[in-house]
Amino acid sequence: MTLPEPYRLAAFVLGALAFVGLNAAYLVWVERKGAARFQRRPGPTEVGPEGLLQPIADAIKLLSKQVIVPPGADALLFRLAPAVVMAPALMTFAVLPFGAHLTARPMSVGLLLAVAFGSINVMAILLGGWASRNKYAIISAARVVSQNVAYEIPLLLVVITLLMITGTLDLSEIVRQQAGGFWRWNVFKLWVNPLMPVTFVIFFICLLAETNRAPFDMAEAESELVAGAFTEYAGMGFGVFFMAEYANIVVGCALATALFLGGWQSPFGIGSGVGWFLLKLYLLIFTVVWIRWTFPRTQFYGLLNLSWKILIPISLGTLGLTSVLLKFIRP
Amino acid sequence: MSTSAALADAARAAARAEGRETFVLNLGPQHPATHGVLRLKLTMDGEYIARAEPVCGYIHRMHEKMGENRTWAQFLPNTSRIDYLSAMHYTHAYVAAVERAAQLEVPRRAEFVRVITSELNRISSHLVWFGAFLLDLGGFTPLLYAFDDREKILDLLERITGARLTYCYYRFGGLYNDVDAEFLRGARDFVRYLRPRLDMYRELVTENIIFRKRLEGIGVADAELCRRYGATGPVLRGAGVAYDVRRAEPYAVYPELDFKIPTHPRGDSLARYLVRMEEMEQSLRIIEQALDLIPEGPFRSKVPKVLKLPPGDTCFAVEAARGRFMVRIVSDGRDIPYRVKLRTPSFSNLSLFEEASRGMLLADALAFLGSLDLVIPDIDR
Amino acid sequence: MTEPPEHQAAEFAAALAPDGAPAAPERPGPDSVSAHVVEFKRRGVHWEAHVPPAQVVAAARWFAEKGFALDTLTGVDWIAQGEMEVVYDFFHPHTFWRAAVRTRVPRDHPELPTVSEVFPGANWHEREAHEFFGLRFTGHPHLTPLLLPEDADFHPLRKDYAP
Repeated sequence: MTLPEPYRLAAFVLGALAFVGLNAAYLVWVERKGAARFQRRPGPTEVGPEGLLQPIADAIKLLSKQVIVPPGADALLFRLAPAVVMAPALMTFAVLPFGAHLTARPMSVGLLLAVAFGSINVMAILLGGWASRNKYAIISAARVVSQNVAYEIPLLLVVITLLMITGTLDLSEIVRQQAGGFWRWNVFKLWVNPLMPVTFVIFFICLLAETNRAPFDMAEAESELVAGAFTEYAGMGFGVFFMAEYANIVVGCALATALFLGGWQSPFGIGSGVGWFLLKLYLLIFTVVWIRWTFPRTQFYGLLNLSWKILIPISLGTLGLTSVLLKFIRP
Repeated sequence: MSTSAALADAARAAARAEGRETFVLNLGPQHPATHGVLRLKLTMDGEYIARAEPVCGYIHRMHEKMGENRTWAQFLPNTSRIDYLSAMHYTHAYVAAVERAAQLEVPRRAEFVRVITSELNRISSHLVWFGAFLLDLGGFTPLLYAFDDREKILDLLERITGARLTYCYYRFGGLYNDVDAEFLRGARDFVRYLRPRLDMYRELVTENIIFRKRLEGIGVADAELCRRYGATGPVLRGAGVAYDVRRAEPYAVYPELDFKIPTHPRGDSLARYLVRMEEMEQSLRIIEQALDLIPEGPFRSKVPKVLKLPPGDTCFAVEAARGRFMVRIVSDGRDIPYRVKLRTPSFSNLSLFEEASRGMLLADALAFLGSLDLVIPDIDR
Repeated sequence: MTEPPEHQAAEFAAALAPDGAPAAPERPGPDSVSAHVVEFKRRGVHWEAHVPPAQVVAAARWFAEKGFALDTLTGVDWIAQGEMEVVYDFFHPHTFWRAAVRTRVPRDHPELPTVSEVFPGANWHEREAHEFFGLRFTGHPHLTPLLLPEDADFHPLRKDYAP
C-alpha cells in the first residue's frame, strides 16, 4: 500500500492538481447550471451535451489571453499573487483525509496545517489588490483583511471546541473517532455538548466568509467594486484566482466534512468509503452555491457585526460549555 | 481652474488639516451599479463618501432641440426614447399637452386604453427596477424572475403597439389603433397572474433579513429635502408625502378609478422600495377597474392633418414610473413647436444625491442610488 | 396654502410689489410685478406671475415659504423681441397648486440672480439653462455645463444657433 517517497510525492502532486483543476472547472459548470436552475433558465447548453465542455472552452479562452500588467503596478507582486493564492490551497490537499487510506500525507498536525494555510489566502488577495494600483482593488483588499480577521476568530474558537472533544489534530484520527453511524458524527454528539449543531453552523458561516462567497462576497462585490481585488487581472491571472476560489471552497467543505460530518464514514455504520466523503463534500458545496444564488450581499458592517457581536460570543460560549461539560460530566 | 476643482482642492485641504486625507474614486460612466452611463465623482475618506458629484450628459441627445425642427406629430417618437422604461407615460404627457393646447377631444375608449397601457407600463418599469435594484444589492436571481413577468407585459403591449419598449402608441386625439378582445383578455389574465407573484416577492425578498438590514435607515431623503430638490414619485412618497400627479392634477380617467397612493413615512431606501412594490398592486387594481369600465366607441377623434397650435404656452404633467414628468410646450402658431421643455423626474431625483449621500459608506450609497430608480437617458435627455 | 389661486396671486403680487398696485394681467411692463389666475384646463397651471429679473429670488423665497417645490425652470428664446424668457414652474406637494413665474431678460445681456440658494434643486436646472441658452445666473456656485461637454461654449437652444 505504501509507495516509495518520490512516487508518493509525484502521485500526490498529480492527483491534487488534477482534482483541483477538474473541480474548479466543473464546479464552475455546477455553479452556472445551478444558478440557471434557480433562475429558471437553461444555463450553458451550447458547448457539448448540457454544456459539459463549456469549462474547457472557457479555460482555452482564458489561457489564450494576454496577461496584462497595468502600468504603475508592482509587476512582481502582481504576478506573484495568483501563485500565492493557489499554492496554500493545493498544499492543504496533502492532509485532507479522502478515505481511510487515501490521504496524501497523514500528519499529526493536519488540522493545524489546514487552518494555517487557509489564512494565507487573505494575504494573497491583499497582495493582488495592493499591487494592482487600482482604487477598487485596494478598497477590496482592505475589506478582505478586516473580514478575514473577523472571521478567523470564531472559526478557530469552533475548531478549538472540536479539538477538546477529539483530543487530536490528526484529521484521519478525527474521522476514525466518528465511525459507527451518523449519531456518532461530531455534529450530532449532543451528549458531549448540546450545542454541537450550532458550532457546525458557525463553522459553515465562517467558511463562507473565509472563502469570500456570497452573501459575504464583499471582496468581489461586482456591483460596488467592479471585480474587487481582481479588477486588473486578465486571462489566466484571473483564471488562477478563480480556480483558487473553488479550490478553497473544496478545502473548506472537505474540512467541514471531516470535522463534523464523519468524513468517509457511512451514516449507517457499514460500507464506509471515499464515496461517502465525496457525497458529503459535494452536498456542502451545493449548499454554498445555493446560498449564493438565493441571498443578497450583506453590508460590510453587517458582516463585522455578525462576527463580533454574535458569532464570537456564541462560539466562546460553546467553548466554555464544552470545557465545563468535559471536566465534570466525562472525567 | 473650474469651480469644482477649486472645491475639491478646498475639501482635500480641509481633510488634510483634520488629519483625514481623501482620494477621488471615479465611479462610472461604465460601472455595474450606475445602470447606463452615469458617472459619480466620489471624494472618499476610506470607504466613507466625503462628497459625491454626479456627472451627467454622457447620453445627452438634445431632444428639446429636435423638437424645434420637426412638426408636432413628428416629435412623438422622441418622447418614448427619453425614459425608455416608461415610454407610455412620456408619450402621454406630450400628446396630452398638445391636446390641451389645441383643445382636442379624446374619446372615452381611448382614455381608458391609455390608462390600461400606462399602468401596464408602470408595472413593467417597476419590475425592471426591482430586478436591477436587487442586482445592486448582490442578489442575482430576482432579476430573472422580474424579467420573466415583464416579458408578459411586453408581449401584450407588442400586440397592440408593435413595439416592445419604445412605444409610440398614443396619437393626438386618441390612439394609433384600437385594442382587440384578445388584448383585454390578456390584460385580465396578467392581473390574475401577477398578484401571486407579488406575494411571492414579498415573502422571498421583502422579508429577507439581509435585504432589510441593508436598506433600513439607509439614504434618508425626508420630505423637506425632497421639496427643496423637487424630487417626486416614489422618492417623495417614500418620504410620507402623498403626492401623485394622478391625484394632484387628475388626467385621463383616473378620477373615476379607485386607487390608493401608497406612502411610507421613513424616507429611507426601504420606504422607497415598499412604495414601488405597493404601487404595482395599485396599478393592478387600476387595470382591473379600467377593464371593467372600458366602453365601446371610437378610439380617435378627428384631428386636422397639419396641426397648428394657437400661440402661447401650456404644460401637462403625468405621473411617470419615476415621478412627475412635465412637458411645457410653447407655440408661435406654426406647425412646428417653438420650444419643448421636458421636465424629467430622474433629473430632480438624482440632484438630491450629492447632499443626501454625504458621509455614507460606498456600499450604502450604491444601495441608495439604486433605490432612486434612475434611468440615465431620462436625466440626460 | 389652501387659499384659492386668486388669493395666492394677490398675496404674491402684494408681497413682491408692496408699494405699487398689481398691474393688469395683460402685457405687464418689464419691470412691474403682476400675478393673475389662468385656466388650468388650458394652461396646466393655476396662476401665473411676472416679475422683473432682479426679483426672482424674492419670488422663489415667497414660494419656498409657502411650501412650494421648484418643478423646473427653463428658458425661451424670443429672438424677434430680443429677449430671453425664463419660466419658473412651482408645484405644491401637499395642496397640489401649480404656479409659474416668468421673467424676461435682454437677449444680449441675459443675466439674472440664481435661486439655488432658496431651492438647491435649482442648481442643476440653472446649469442646464445656462448651457442651453447662455443665461448667466449671478451668484451660482458652479455654473458649468451639466449635460453638454465640459468645454462646450455654444448654446444650442438659442434660435440663432447653427451647429
